[in-house]
Order: sequence, then C-alpha cells, then structure tokens
Amino acid sequence: MDIWNILEYVAWALSAMFGALMLINLIRIDTTYDNELLTSSREGEIEVTAERHQI
Amino acid sequence: MANVTMTAPATERLQLLRVLGPAHIWALGVGIVLVGEYMGWNFSVGKGGMIAGLAACWVAGLLYTCVAMIDSEVTSTIAAAGGQYAQAKHIVGPLMAFNVGLFLVMAYTMLEAANAITVGYLLDTVAGMMGHTGLNQKPFIILSIMFLAWLNFRGVLATLTFNLVITAIAFLAIIALFVSVQLGVSAVPMDFSAITTSPLPYGWIGIVAALHFGLWYYLGIEGTCQAAEEVRSPARSLPYGTMAGIMTLLIAATMTWYVCSGLLPWEYLGQAGTPLFDAARVTGNTGLMVLLFVGTMFSTLASANGCINDASRAWFSMGRDRYLPSWFGAVHPVYRTPYRSIVFLVPIALIFALGAPLDQVVTFSILSGLLGYTFMTFNMVMFRRKWPLDTIKRGYVHPLHPLPVIVLLTLCAAAYFAVFLGYGTQLSAMMCFYIVASLWFHFRRYQFVRRGDQFTMPWPKPAGY
Repeated sequence: MDIWNILEYVAWALSAMFGALMLINLIRIDTTYDNELLTSSREGEIEVTAERHQI
Repeated sequence: MANVTMTAPATERLQLLRVLGPAHIWALGVGIVLVGEYMGWNFSVGKGGMIAGLAACWVAGLLYTCVAMIDSEVTSTIAAAGGQYAQAKHIVGPLMAFNVGLFLVMAYTMLEAANAITVGYLLDTVAGMMGHTGLNQKPFIILSIMFLAWLNFRGVLATLTFNLVITAIAFLAIIALFVSVQLGVSAVPMDFSAITTSPLPYGWIGIVAALHFGLWYYLGIEGTCQAAEEVRSPARSLPYGTMAGIMTLLIAATMTWYVCSGLLPWEYLGQAGTPLFDAARVTGNTGLMVLLFVGTMFSTLASANGCINDASRAWFSMGRDRYLPSWFGAVHPVYRTPYRSIVFLVPIALIFALGAPLDQVVTFSILSGLLGYTFMTFNMVMFRRKWPLDTIKRGYVHPLHPLPVIVLLTLCAAAYFAVFLGYGTQLSAMMCFYIVASLWFHFRRYQFVRRGDQFTMPWPKPAGY
C-alpha cells in the first residue's frame, strides 16, 4: 500500500465526515427551531427599510 | 434625487448576512471562471487553429463584456439573492423567472460537477507522474464536493474569503508564467510560425466552431449577482466587482492564449487536458511547473466553490418565492446560509460528477448559460422601457444602449450555431427539458406561488401601467 492508497482512504473518511457534519447540523437545526422562523426570510426587506428608489 | 427612510418591520426574520465587499464579488466571479483559462478554452484551437482560438477568445470576451455591463446595471438595482432569477421575476414574469432560475441552477451545478471531475483527473495525473497507476478518483471527486459544500454551509464570508485567496494565487500564477517566459526562463523559445504556415486549417467555419470553446474563458462571470443579498453595498460592490472581474479575465485570457500558443504546437494544444500546466512543463522550470499545478488545482476548487454558492442561492430564492417547495427557502439561524438548498444540491452534483462524461456535463452547463445570456438581452430592453433612467436610481448605467444588447444577441446566435455544430443532440435535449419543466410549472406549481409577494423592490409603477 503506497501513499496514494492511503490518501484514497483518507479522502473517503473526510468525505463521510463533512457529509455527516452537514446532515447532523441540518437535523439539529430543523428539530430545534420553528420552521416558520427558518423560512421567514423575505426578498427585498433591506431595500424597503433602507431606501426608496425615487428621483 | 431623494431617499425616503422607512421604519423596519417589527417581526423578527432570518436574513442572509450582509458581510461581503467588492473583493468578494471579484473572487466569486473570477473564481468561477478562471478554471476556463487553465483548461477547456484550448479546444477552440483544435476546432479552428491558432487564429481561430484568438478570435474566439476576443469575440467571447466581447460577448461577456456585454453580459457584465448589462448585468451590472440591472443587478445594482435589484439587490436580491437569485440574481437573474430575481431580475426576470421583476421585469418579465413568473414563467421566465422559473426558467431563468433553472438555467442558473443547472449551469452552476453542472460546472461544479465538471470541476470535481477535473480534480480527480488532476490527482490521477500527479499519481501517474509519481509512478502510481490506477488511482481511484471517486473519493477525491466526492471529497472536493463535500468539503466545499460544508464550507458554504458554514458561512458566506469564510467561503468567499477562501475563494479570494485561491483565485488570486491562480491568477498570479498565469502572470508569473507570462512574465517568466518574456524574461527568457523557458528552455523552449516562443514559436508562432503556425499563424503563417496554417492560419486557418479548417477555413472560416473553424472560427465559428471555435466560439463554442471560447466561452470557457469567461463562462460564469455573471454569477457575481447571486451575492446581491449578501453584499454590504450592492449598488457599489456589484458593478465594481463584476467589471473588475471581466477586466481581469480579458487580461488572463489573452495572456493564456499567447503563452500556450507560443510554447505548444497547435495540434497538441487543441486536445491538451491542462494547457497552462503543459506550457509550464515545456519551459523546463520546476518552480513554474509546481506553481501552475497549484494554480490549476486552486482555480478548479475556486470554481466549484463559487458554483455551490451560486446554485444554492438561486435554488433558495425559488423556494422562498414558492416556485419550488418553501422548505428550500430556509436560512440557517447561526450561519445565515441557505443550508437546506446547499445540502439538497450535493447529491445532484455527485450524480453528474460520478456518472456523466466531462464534455457532456460542460456542454449542458454552457447551454444553460447561453439561454441565460439570451434572456438578458430582452430583459435589458424591457427594463429600460418600463423604468427609464430618470425613474429609478441605478448603481451603474451601462453605455451605448441598445448596442451591447444587439451585440450580445448576435453573438449568442453565433454561439448557438457553434454548439449545434458539435452538440446538436444535447442542444435539442436541453430545450425539451426546459419546455417540459415550464409546462410543469405552469400547470402544477404556479398555484402555490404567492402572486402578491412577487414584486419586492420599492420602485414606482412601470411606464405605461
């Protein structure tokens, strides 16, 4: 087994780790917070609070 | 000119973080594109010879300069995630917006898959150079997508700061190669004799055919506007970052053609996998070889990183407007990223990266991009007609309207013809896919869209309404 075989196993392990990190965090957030809050983002809200486009 | 301040809404909402500056916008745009300098563009030389390669470089440069100017004007006014999708929603209508959103997601997800395939290929090349044969590329392809998706999941500032660093290194590597060759570091002299001995080996049609691959030099620069909702000052940062990006790419593209065409025979260059790296190998300088390999890897990762960022924003915006299930319109309460969209698009990118050939994946990406550019032409005309210059404030006003629109539309038509010459079946299949998707949206999905919430910009009524 040379360095490239070892790197292949490391790549598999890291891929699984990053995938697991995202999935676990997603599940934790989805079960902790209300979906209404998570999907409360609205487009253009900053523009409405900041300025009107008038000349 | 007056800006009327209004009170903030009382209810708490989760929004994407506004933390980016012009440098991040530059990194997003150039980062997605610069991989096209490192590979792909050189097939234009194979299609029509060295002169056709240069013509494709500059004609495509003109096309994308028009794209950057038009995009800068509209995006500096519509500062919303989703970029061209939000533009289409405000200026044209829901069906166009749905299609543009799909163009964006397909173009960026396919490009992300292509970049991951390239990472595997590059590592296989290095392993081969070190005497290891039969490297399993799959774990490296998956790792590149997983790591970058995780980075995007964790926050936009870290993601695009990372992109800024690796994109700058990749760009400086091209400049270093160009300067080194000019200073005589190369063991092989520059040779442009093919320009006179075989100027157009396949005739004038070769220039048209080369245009397809000339797009690789710049494909994706329009992605800057996906960050519109996350920049501190959209009206300033977006035009600034986008225009600086296209200028960077025009310089990098011309340098790339010059160095590679001078150092490599055009017959080899026309089918090379990594032309800039090969040019560095020809110089015989180990330092340049290492630098250009690092540049190739970094440009590939920067492109995939930017693609994940842009595809997820487009998907998120469509979910937020209920063009797709609203589940996708969620924002992470801590990282303030569209986390569900990021995670959802990972398996789709993996399917294409592991199951489809590179040229097909890239062609689908280019076709989706071309459809988006075509949309920009009539979008711009409608924007100026509905909201003339004296009605709303713009962060940037592009000059010579409607000349850039006419040039862009003409070049898009030429590019469609060029793609049709080589990939007619894929072009037809892609059009069928979008027609079926449009029918699904019109008959099944549109009933869920909140029609009253579609127009979010505080603009006056359009002219004539």
